[in-house]
Amino acid sequence: MRTRGILCVLALALGVAAATLPLAAETIGVTATEIKIGNTNPYSGPASAYGTIGKVIGAYFKKVNDEGGVNGRKVNYISYDDAYTPPKAVEMVRKLVEQDQVAALFQTLGTPTNTAIHKYVNQQKVPHLFVATGATKWNDPQHFPWTMGWQPNYQTEGRIYAQYILKNFPDAKIGILYQNDDYGKDYRKGLHDGLGEANAKKMIVMEQTYEVTDPTIDSQIVNLKNSGANVFFNVTIPKFAVQAIKKAHDIGWKPTHFLNNVSSSLATVLKPAGLEASRGLITALYMKEITDPQWKNDKGYQDWVAFMKKYYSEGALDDQGNAFGYTVAQAMTLVLKQCGNDLSRENILRQAESLKNVELPLLLPGIKVNTSQTDHAPIEQEQLAKFDGERWATFGELYDAAKK
Amino acid sequence: MPLRTLRLGVTLLAVVVALALPFTLSNFRLFQFTQVFIYAISLLGLNILTGYNGQISLGHGAFYAVGAYTTAIMLDKWNVPYGWTIPVAGLLCLVAGFLFGIPALRLEGLYLALATFALALAVPQILKYFENWTGGSQGIVLSKPTAPWGLRVNPDQWLYFLTLAVLLLLFVLATNLLAGRTGRAIVAIRDNPIAAQAMGVNTALYKSLTFGVSAGYVGVAGALSALAVAYVAPDAFNVFLSITFLTGIVIGGLASIWGAIFGALFIQFIPNWAQDISKAAPWAIYGIFLIGFMYAMPRGIAGAIRLLTARAWRPRAEPSGAAPGSPR
Repeated sequence: MRTRGILCVLALALGVAAATLPLAAETIGVTATEIKIGNTNPYSGPASAYGTIGKVIGAYFKKVNDEGGVNGRKVNYISYDDAYTPPKAVEMVRKLVEQDQVAALFQTLGTPTNTAIHKYVNQQKVPHLFVATGATKWNDPQHFPWTMGWQPNYQTEGRIYAQYILKNFPDAKIGILYQNDDYGKDYRKGLHDGLGEANAKKMIVMEQTYEVTDPTIDSQIVNLKNSGANVFFNVTIPKFAVQAIKKAHDIGWKPTHFLNNVSSSLATVLKPAGLEASRGLITALYMKEITDPQWKNDKGYQDWVAFMKKYYSEGALDDQGNAFGYTVAQAMTLVLKQCGNDLSRENILRQAESLKNVELPLLLPGIKVNTSQTDHAPIEQEQLAKFDGERWATFGELYDAAKK
Repeated sequence: MPLRTLRLGVTLLAVVVALALPFTLSNFRLFQFTQVFIYAISLLGLNILTGYNGQISLGHGAFYAVGAYTTAIMLDKWNVPYGWTIPVAGLLCLVAGFLFGIPALRLEGLYLALATFALALAVPQILKYFENWTGGSQGIVLSKPTAPWGLRVNPDQWLYFLTLAVLLLLFVLATNLLAGRTGRAIVAIRDNPIAAQAMGVNTALYKSLTFGVSAGYVGVAGALSALAVAYVAPDAFNVFLSITFLTGIVIGGLASIWGAIFGALFIQFIPNWAQDISKAAPWAIYGIFLIGFMYAMPRGIAGAIRLLTARAWRPRAEPSGAAPGSPR
């Protein structure tokens, strides 16, 4: 009797083991209690200012874990420094995939670094989700089915301005200032494409560039003024955006001034440049600008501030990167939730591909996240906004690149 | 057992271990060791210049970049078999280094360091300028080479063996170069240039040539790195790379062939360990490692090993009676 009982238990145990083993072996990076998510960020090197995005994501997953995790599993977020260099990114991503065996890669940051791992992750069939770069190439599901972008790309934004200019200033004389790299050139291409070849030739009267290492861009602004341009397309990072707004104001040049989204922060650009000088600037937004006073009483904003105070108190409250990381981590958490109990790489990708009209607290009202098997560009809507001396006032309709 | 036999034994053992690694380690670890070998080649190159010849360079990252881009452009634009691109990259850098070495003759010590530093600063921007060739800041994506002759090894294993073979070849060449007349001339110029000239050494020629050879080594390393990473972009060759090389040779041991291996192990693995120890301040931990190593082994790892073996062997070589005056 006794032996039979033991045998029964043994058989049962074996049966359970047999039933669970193959499943556990198939689902890489997932156990009954945790999901491994891999990330690389520039915590050191020239782009280390972006590193806060990687940190705030970690803080958000800590909050998720404190609240019980995702479907009972804790998120084990592993983030390595790639110093913004491609060789280091390759090494760290291989470590994440081959040694740490993560279930998915998420928000790897930087255009050159992601380019370096693009082929590899698709060969390995690892979900490479919501990459943090504004380049256009991430939305290519036919050739790179495992890679997915996140933010609206720079070319899209350039096209939005072009459309607005064509409609409202058909006789515009456009002057462009852009940074001499892929970021600046993407914006320029978007504007050119949006205007169309004939219009671009007719309307653009001058193009000026600068190097990111230049000390100032004063002479470029003077040249643009002298060209007689009455529309200024300003494609600069914050440091130079401040200089451009100031200089244009100081020399009395008053064009219709389009400022790229990259530099739309009140705290780091408009205030240093002077709120009076910044009046009338036009930009395209998809997120709530967190230093804009109009969101002071917004629930999404207040929740974010409470989160920052509790989980990431060393993070700056005027750094849009912290709102960006928080928002994209919310999207990732949603994807993992939708996966239910099937956290295979195939299903993680499938769920990331089936986001329908998702609204997130720090996206502008009306902006929705949409993906599908053929659409790997989650955010494709933006709205124009004009600075009224105090806040960004949105106007006009939502622009949707997906409908083009 | 005489020291010479021991040295040969250790070398052979190291080679045997290196040959066995691909069949025991994961592909990811192999990739890391491939990078160690690549670093070792460039450290050896820089060491010939700085350690043996006494010329300080803060710009060898530039030659690394030229080597990498030579390979990338030849593969991308002309479909040249990758095997040919490695010697071409080396030769091109040798010539470039030699030419750079001629004006650099007028510069000594820190002034030369600054001039080469300028080179390191300039190269990433120059790469962006020739966008048609280099792909600008987007860089060039390559395919990983696969094993030839139907060898049954995967691409990671093949790259590992290829790099190891190149490393061994270049090590043997360097040993021969430095052991003979030329080597003595190179060292003499470092120790006392005026005396060297008085002895009939053509210091100008030797210094430029040393610069060329050194750059050639680094160029070969750059070419191999382009193959291993399968991507080149200007961001990979920033100033920090050049400084990393200098760190590597000082930690490994100046004027030591083996020092290059130790230095390469250091610059590959210590930053990763530092990150494992503290996520918040990895570079502070790295700094502590650096200071610790320099404090414990002021002549680098190779220097410390030399000292230890010398100490261990001396008592046996000497007669049993202690030298007069030495404490026992």
